[in-house]
Formats: sequence, structure tokens, C-alpha cells
Amino acid sequence: MNGGAAVRSVKSNAAAIAAGVLFAVLLQFVLRGVMGPFVSKVMLDIGINIILALSLNIVNGFTGQFSIGHAGFMAVGGYAAAAITYYGSLLLWGSAAIHGDIMGPGDMLFLGACGAGGCAAALAGLVVGLPSLRLRGDYLAIVTLGFGEIIRVLIQQTGDVLLTADEVRSASPGTVLTSLGGSLGFPGIPFYTNLFWVWIWVAVTLAAVWRLKYSGLGRAFLSIREDELAAEAMGVPTTRVKVTAFVISAFFAGIAGALFAHLVGTTLNPGELGFQKSFDIIIMVVLGGMGSISGSIIAAIVLTILPEALRAVADYRMIAYAVFLIALMIWRPSGLFGVRELWELGPFRRRGEAKPS
Amino acid sequence: MTQLLRTEKKLFAAALVLGVVFAGCKREDKPAEGSGPAAGGASGTAGATPGDGPILVGEYSSMTGAEATFGQSTHNGIMLAVEEVNAAGGIKGRKVEIKLYDTQGKTQEAGTAVTRLITQDKVTAVLGEVASSLSLAGGAVAQQFGVPMVTPSSTNERVTKIGDMIFRVCFIDPFQGYVMAKFSRDNLKAAKVAVLYDQSQAYSKGLKDAFVKSFTEMGGEIASEQAYNKGDSDFNAQLANIRDAKPDAIFIPGYYTDVGNIALQARKLGITAPLMGGDGWDSSELPKIAGEAIEGGYFSNHYSHEEQRPEVRNFVKAYQAKYSAVPDGLAAMGYDAARLLFDAMKRAASLSGKDLAQAIGETKDYASVTGKITIDAGRNARKPAVVLQIKGGKHAYVATIDPK
Repeated sequence: MNGGAAVRSVKSNAAAIAAGVLFAVLLQFVLRGVMGPFVSKVMLDIGINIILALSLNIVNGFTGQFSIGHAGFMAVGGYAAAAITYYGSLLLWGSAAIHGDIMGPGDMLFLGACGAGGCAAALAGLVVGLPSLRLRGDYLAIVTLGFGEIIRVLIQQTGDVLLTADEVRSASPGTVLTSLGGSLGFPGIPFYTNLFWVWIWVAVTLAAVWRLKYSGLGRAFLSIREDELAAEAMGVPTTRVKVTAFVISAFFAGIAGALFAHLVGTTLNPGELGFQKSFDIIIMVVLGGMGSISGSIIAAIVLTILPEALRAVADYRMIAYAVFLIALMIWRPSGLFGVRELWELGPFRRRGEAKPS
Repeated sequence: MTQLLRTEKKLFAAALVLGVVFAGCKREDKPAEGSGPAAGGASGTAGATPGDGPILVGEYSSMTGAEATFGQSTHNGIMLAVEEVNAAGGIKGRKVEIKLYDTQGKTQEAGTAVTRLITQDKVTAVLGEVASSLSLAGGAVAQQFGVPMVTPSSTNERVTKIGDMIFRVCFIDPFQGYVMAKFSRDNLKAAKVAVLYDQSQAYSKGLKDAFVKSFTEMGGEIASEQAYNKGDSDFNAQLANIRDAKPDAIFIPGYYTDVGNIALQARKLGITAPLMGGDGWDSSELPKIAGEAIEGGYFSNHYSHEEQRPEVRNFVKAYQAKYSAVPDGLAAMGYDAARLLFDAMKRAASLSGKDLAQAIGETKDYASVTGKITIDAGRNARKPAVVLQIKGGKHAYVATIDPK
């Protein structure tokens, strides 16, 4: 890629994020009234699932590693962010209720908590990734599965949350860190998550993943997926690149966890963020096509709406859902789009345009 | 050629899988199928008389997932109550209709289901969930929209603390722990009791904490305290420790699937002490899993179908006629939750969230299947508990223990 192209893509990147922000603002302030609370709730779920699918796609899709502990990173980010907003609100304002208007101090605390949640998850990704990414295939899958389970069990051991600012002040930092609500979940988290924040983060994640896929690092990811030995022979530091993929992926999973934690109508509890959740995310990535960004997005949208649309058929809906997945795996075993993007397929493909080399 | 064959084979395998799935599901879902057309028919007549349409009540339950039998029993109880109230002329001249959504035992699903019930289907009130973690998720939504919610059997203390719209018709976890502590001290004359609880479930931990506290206050001794995690299959290490502590009884406040395995392994290790538990034992599956091993076990529950009060006798008779099964505690709780809600609807000044919540809160000495219910200031039900014993695979009534 030459210099001019790089500048152009940075520009289009900024434009993409700006468009995302505009969309988020539109959703929150204009469309929410039109859509009503139910559609809004589904849109929130879709946004969070898109972030999860996109971030897992970095490891499972681009780099070709098989991680099945994504919900573990989500839990780390969610709990870190929840602890910051909950205990932070208690200390700063004396109650854990929502504080201030949009972009007010409460929202800023929430934004900081999201970032901190992402960083905590990224750190966890580094800790897990360093020793385990020397492993390949099944072994890595087992380690990540184990990680997810360890996180879940650790959170289950925590005690009840502290309820007043005085309690928090008199408690030692260790006590506060282990007061996360245990197995019933973290109660009283202020509901800061709204369409605006979710879709801003979707835009940021999308831009980051997009840039990544077509960057030098992204090429290194893809080379590891295609042939790890050959990549190493070509001078790609495979372990370091894999750890990088893992850390970036964990960061965005942590963000999604933070958004999930502050969402009304969910409880942040360890049982929910177990290996079932990891599999839900894997299904999105596999269904969309490992390595396809547009595929992940479309799969996340479809798999969030589908169970909702099928709710009317009650007990049969999970069967219909399973049938859909089985059918797809039979006729399109590489997912909807494989490694390609929506516009590289069939009627969308522009003739004569070679792939950039 | 080989490619073709392979594709055909794949298709055949898929067809086979689908066939099995559908066959399996049809068998299991018969009771639910029965209620489907009934609800559809009712809505058909509702369309004919738009002026006084039916009162729509939402229900969210785990109809699929690990605790599906809980959701299905509860739903059966609720449907029976609806049938009765409609047969008696409905509420304020209007029929009652239930709109049911499945939660699969996931909190995110519970939140979405309640949002949909309230904002799309415009329900007057919400009934559900069984599991406390799901009621916490759904309850937050109901509270946000100001729609009253009555949970039949979420026993965790935190649920009704969500706000002034959330009620329950069951007792709370600390009370169940107290009941079993009192029962083991007074009736079993136990001095030393071992505890084996599920540390991954708030329900199990809550019961354990309350039991340990009450039992030591009553002068008993906790011989050994052991923990396991939901889904574990090997309990030998914990049970060996318990055996060495030589307890007079063992308190296992878990759910029936794990309890069944624990009982089997305990008897294999030569432990003969009686086993005790809470309402998580209340499933006809437990004796099927554990057989002889669980015989003689005691557990606290919301009601006994052997009680001779008229409410219980009438309920058991009607339930057996409709579903040809003996109602378990969850069915009774579902029935009570629905009836208490309907009673409040009749008394309420209007069906607005505020008036209805006030009427539910004013419920006093309401004669229900699971005992006389009074809703206290914390929106919890004050009522007695019963202790049952498993005899010949059935539940035999042993004692009633009143609130403190």
C-alpha cells in the first residue's frame, strides 16, 4: 500500500466513524421514539452482539485460532466496569443511581468504565495469551475454555456488594474487589447503556477491525491462519502476533461486557457469561464466515432477531433456530460469506477489480 | 460421483437429525400444545367484542432449558387459575388471557421477554419467573415501566427489593433455612448436621447461610460444610469428608438433578444419615434419578397435596382432572400467584399499574393453596412452610412450620 492510499484510507476511516457516530445519535434521539422500547431493546442487543462477533472474528476468523472463552473476557470487562460505575457512583455522589444528563458526569464515568473494562479484559487476554498461544488448535481451545470457566467460578466466590458509601470507605480495597455479588449477579448497576453508547462502540470496533484486516498486522494474522509454519519461515513472529490478536479481541469483548453490564433487563451474573455465551458468539462468527467482517455483522443481526421473531411459535423456536443453523452448515459450511465480504460476492462483485496485493 | 454421494449422505444425516429432533419435541410438548389453541380461540372471540376486550396478563417462564420442568409446572398452575376465573365470569366482566414467553433460563431473554410483554403486548401485569436471577432481570424492566409483577416462586430476598411494583407469593430463602434448622432440631433431634451446598447458585448458598445461622443459634453444631458447583458429577471427595464427620443428618439445599447424584453416591459410600433439602428437591424426577437412595429424605416445601384444607383438596382435584398429574409445589405457586393477582384486580380501583400494585400490597390472610398469604411492607408473602418426606417415590406430609 503506498502513501497516498494510506492517507485516503485514514480519511475514509474517519468518515466511517463519523457516519457511525451520526447513526448512533440518530438512533438515540430520533429513531428511539419511533421504534418504541421493544425494538430499541433489540437494537441494543444487536449492537452488543455485533461488537462481540467482530472481536471474536479477530482471533477465530483472521488468525485462525480457536478460542472458546470469549464470554470470559466479556465477564472481566463487565465486572470491572460495573465495579467502577457502582462503587465510583457511591463514593462520588453517595448513591448508585444514574447521575447527570447525557454527556453529564455519570455518562463520563460510564465511558471511563467502559475503557477500563476493555483494558482489564485486554490484560486478561495478555495473561492468558502469553503462555497458551504457543499451543495450537485443540489445545488452545481447551485453555480458553478453562479460562472462561475459571473466571466464572472466581466471580461466583465473591461476596455480597456493599450498599453504602460509608461501607465502601471503611472497607479495604481487597474487600471491595471481592464484593461483586457472587452467583446471583451484581445488583444495582446504574443503567447507563443506551443506543447512543452501544452504536458509538459498534462504529469504533468496526473501524478498528476494518483497519486491522487490511493492515500489515492483519496480513500477518491471515498468514498465520493460512499456514503457521510458512508464516514463521517468512519472518512473522507468530507468537507475538497471535498474542496481539488475542489482546485486541479481548479489549473489545471487555467493552461489550461493560455495555452488557449497564443494560436494563439483564443481570450481570456469572452463570450467564459461561461457556454457553461463548458458543453463541462462536456461532455468529462461524455462521457469518470466519474472517468476514460483513458476515459477522449480518450473522449477529440475524441471530439476534431470529429468536425474537420466532418467539410466537413458543417452544418450537429453538428447534427452528437449530434447523436454520444445521441447514446453513450443510449448504454453506464455510459460513454465509466464507472469508470474503458482502460486496465481493456474486451480484455485488465489480468485474475486473483485482484484489489489492 | 464420490462428491455427489457425500452430499447425499450429508443430506440424509441432516434429515435424520431433524426427524429425531421433531419426533422428540412432539412427544415432550403435548401439554403446551393443548394450551396453544385454547389461547388462540379466546383471542378470536376477543376480536369479536372489541369494547370489553380481555385483560391481558403476561407470563415469562423457562419453558425450555435446564429448569424447564419448573416453568412448565408453573404455567400449568397459572392456566388452571385462568380457566377458573374465566368460568366464574372473569374480572369486572372481562375475560383474562395469558401471553406466555419462554426465557430459556437466560437473563437477557427474560429482560427482552418482559419488555416485549409490556411494550408490545401491553399487558396489565406480569407473572414470573421461577429462578431468582431471571426475576431480577425481568423485575427491573417491569419496575421501569410501572407494571406490577408477581413472582410465584423466586425465593431470593433481593427480588422484591427492586421496587414497589414487584411482589411474591412464596416465602424467602432465610425462612426456608430456618424451617429446616427448626425441623432438624425439634423433630429429628439432630445435634450435628453436615452441609453440602451448590456454591454456584445464590439459591443454594442463601439456604445454607440461613440454615447454618439458625441451627447454631438453636444450639446445634455444623459438623462439616462442603461445597460443589452446578453440573459437577463426582461428589466423592466432599461426601468422604462428611462421612468422617459422622453427622446426624445432611442438609443439601441444591436442585434435584445434583441432589439425585449426591444421594446415590452418599449411599454408595455407606452414609446412612437422613438427607434434607429445600424446595429445589420438589420434582417427580428426583426419585426417578436417585431411587432408593433418596428414600426417607426430608425437604421444606410450599405445600403438600396431602393436606386436608379445602383449598388444597379442590386444587388437587381440578389439576388432576386437567393434567392427569399430581401438582407439585411450583404448580401450586403458579396457581396462587395468578389467583392472588386476579383477586387484587377485582379489588383494585382501576387496572393501572399504581392502583393494581396498591391492591396487591393490601392482600391480607388470603386463603390460598400454599397457606394463608399476607403481603407485608417488603412486598413479600408471610406464610407457613411444610416439611415433606420422600416415601416410596412420593411426597408424604410430615409437619407445618409457621413463620417466626
